[in-house]
Amino acid sequence: MADISYREIAHNGLWKNNPALVQLLGLCPLLAVTGSVVNALGLGLATMLVLTASNTAISMIRNHVSEAVKIPAFVMIIASFTTCTELLMQAFTYELYTILGIFIPLIVTNCIILGRAEAFACKNKVAASALDGFMMGSGFGLVLLLIGTIREILGNGTLFANMHLLFGPMAEHWTLHLFGEGYGFLIAVLPPGAFLVAGMLIALKNIIDKRIETRRAAKQAPVTSGSKRVRTTGAIS
Amino acid sequence: MALMKLTSPHAHAAQNTAAVMRLVLLATLPGLLALTAFFGWGSLINILIAGTVAVGLEALVMNLRSRPVMFYLSDYSALVTAVLLGLSLPPLAPWWVVVIGTGFAILIAKHLYGGLGYNPFNPAMVGYVVLLISFPVQMTAWPAPLLLYPEGVATPGFWESLQVVFPLLSPDNVDAVTAATPLDTFKHNSGLLVAQLYEKDPLFSRASLAGLGWEWVNLGFLAGGCFLLVRRVFTWHAPVAMLTSLALCAALFYDSGSSASHGSPLMHLLSGGTMLGAFFIITDPVTSATSNRGRLVYGALIGILIFIIRSWGSYPDAVAFSVLLMNFAAPLIDNYTLPRTYGHQKPRRATEKKE
Repeated sequence: MADISYREIAHNGLWKNNPALVQLLGLCPLLAVTGSVVNALGLGLATMLVLTASNTAISMIRNHVSEAVKIPAFVMIIASFTTCTELLMQAFTYELYTILGIFIPLIVTNCIILGRAEAFACKNKVAASALDGFMMGSGFGLVLLLIGTIREILGNGTLFANMHLLFGPMAEHWTLHLFGEGYGFLIAVLPPGAFLVAGMLIALKNIIDKRIETRRAAKQAPVTSGSKRVRTTGAIS
Repeated sequence: MALMKLTSPHAHAAQNTAAVMRLVLLATLPGLLALTAFFGWGSLINILIAGTVAVGLEALVMNLRSRPVMFYLSDYSALVTAVLLGLSLPPLAPWWVVVIGTGFAILIAKHLYGGLGYNPFNPAMVGYVVLLISFPVQMTAWPAPLLLYPEGVATPGFWESLQVVFPLLSPDNVDAVTAATPLDTFKHNSGLLVAQLYEKDPLFSRASLAGLGWEWVNLGFLAGGCFLLVRRVFTWHAPVAMLTSLALCAALFYDSGSSASHGSPLMHLLSGGTMLGAFFIITDPVTSATSNRGRLVYGALIGILIFIIRSWGSYPDAVAFSVLLMNFAAPLIDNYTLPRTYGHQKPRRATEKKE
C-alpha cells in the first residue's frame, strides 16, 4: 500500500469498504444501540473519535514497535483512547453515557478499530492513517445514524427525541412527532428491527452498486471497428 | 426444503402442491365455523382481509421477480398462509394489524428467503409473532364468547363487526367486548383452587370440557387435522408427539388442582392455538423436520416449549414462539435423525460426502 490517494481513502471508508455495510464489523453496537438517533449519534461519534486517534497514534509508532509485540501495543493504545472517550462522555454527556452503558468500553473490542490498525495504520504515513480512521469512523457513524433514524421513525414515530442528551438544553424541543401520539411499532425498536433494517440497507447498497456497475459497463462497451474475424488456427505469438 | 434420500418402494405422489393446499384450506373449515359460532364474524373478516392482501402481495412479488404470476398464485400457498394467520389473530383485530402481519408473512418471511419451499420459518407464525411483539395491546384483546356477553349488550352482527375492524366506517365508535381466555385466566389466577375457578368463572362453569368456545374451536381443528391425516397430507408423527408431550408436561405440573396449578392437560390440549398448531402449523413440510423420527423429536420439543412458555412466560399463548424456535432447530434435528437406508448397517451421517 504505497501511495493511496486521499480521495480513495475517503471513498473506501464511506462507501466501497464501509465497515458496517461491507465489512460487517462492529455489528454488536450497530444492532444494540441504534434504537434512536441520539444513541446512534453518540456511539458513532465516540467510535469515530477513538478510531481517528488510535489510527494516528499507531501510525506514529509503526516503525518502532517490533512484530512480536505489535498487537498488545495496539490494543493498549486503543484502550487508552477508549478510556479517554469514556471519561469525556462521563463528564459532558452523563445521561447519554449511562444509556449507552457497556457499549462505550466495548469500543475497545470493536473489530473495526484493530482491523484498521492492522490493515492500514501500521503500514501508512500519519496523515493518511488519520484520514483513514476518520473516514472509516464516519462511514460507520453514518450507517449507525441512518439505522437509528429509520428505527426511531418506524418504532416510535418520532425523530430527534432526547437530543438534549448530546447537544444540551438548546435541543430540548427538537423532537418531531411524525405520526401523532400513541403510535408505536415496537419490533423496530427491539433487536429484530435492527437486524431487519441493517439487512435492508446492505441489500440497498448492493442494488446501487450493481446499478452503477451496469451503467459503467454500458458506457464502456468496447467499440470495435474493422475486421471482427476470430483467429482459430495457427500459433498465437 | 431439505429433501432426504429414501429408498424404494416410493409411492406415486398423487397430489400436487395446489391439491394439498386446497385440502388444507378445506380442513380449516370446522375450526373456522366454531370460531365464528362462538366469537362472532371477526375471524372470517380477518381471513378475508389477510387473503386479499396475501394474494395481492404474492402477485406483486412474483411480478417483481419476473416469474409467471398465475402459475404461483394457483398453488394456493399464499392463501393458506393468510388463512392460518387470520385464524390465529384475535377476531375483531383492527384491519391494519391484519395487513401488517400478512405483509410481514408474505414479503419478509416467505419471499425474502426465496419463496415457497425455501423459507426456514413458518410465514404465518412470523407474521403472528411480529404482531404480538409490536402491538401487544391489540393482540392480547381477545373478544368475549358471544354467550358470555353482559346482559343488555347486543352481540355484534356482521356489519357491527366490520365497524370494529374498520373504525372509519363507524361514526359512533363501536367497541367489542373483550374477555380473558382460559390461558389468561390460569396465568392470572392467584388464590383459587382449580375446582373453585371452574365453579366461579362462567368461562369454565358453562363449558363442557375446557373453556367455553375454545374447546369447540380446538375440536374443530382436531377434526380438520384428522381429515388431513386420513387423506395422508402429513404423517401422524409430529402432531401426536406434540400433543403427547404437552399433555405429559401439563399432567406433571397439574399440582392436583391447587391454586398454583398451570391447568389440566385437557385444558392445555383444548385451549389457545394447540390444535391449530398441532395439525396446521407444525406439519408444514417446508419448515419442519423431514424424517419420521425427526418429526417425533420436533413435535415433542414443540410441545414441551409450548408448556414452558405458557406457564412461565408473559405472553398469552406460546404456539407461535415454540414453532419458530423449533424451525431454527429443524436442520439440526434432521442431521441427527437420518433414517437408515436399506442394506446399510447404520444411518449415514448427513455431513458424509461420498456417494
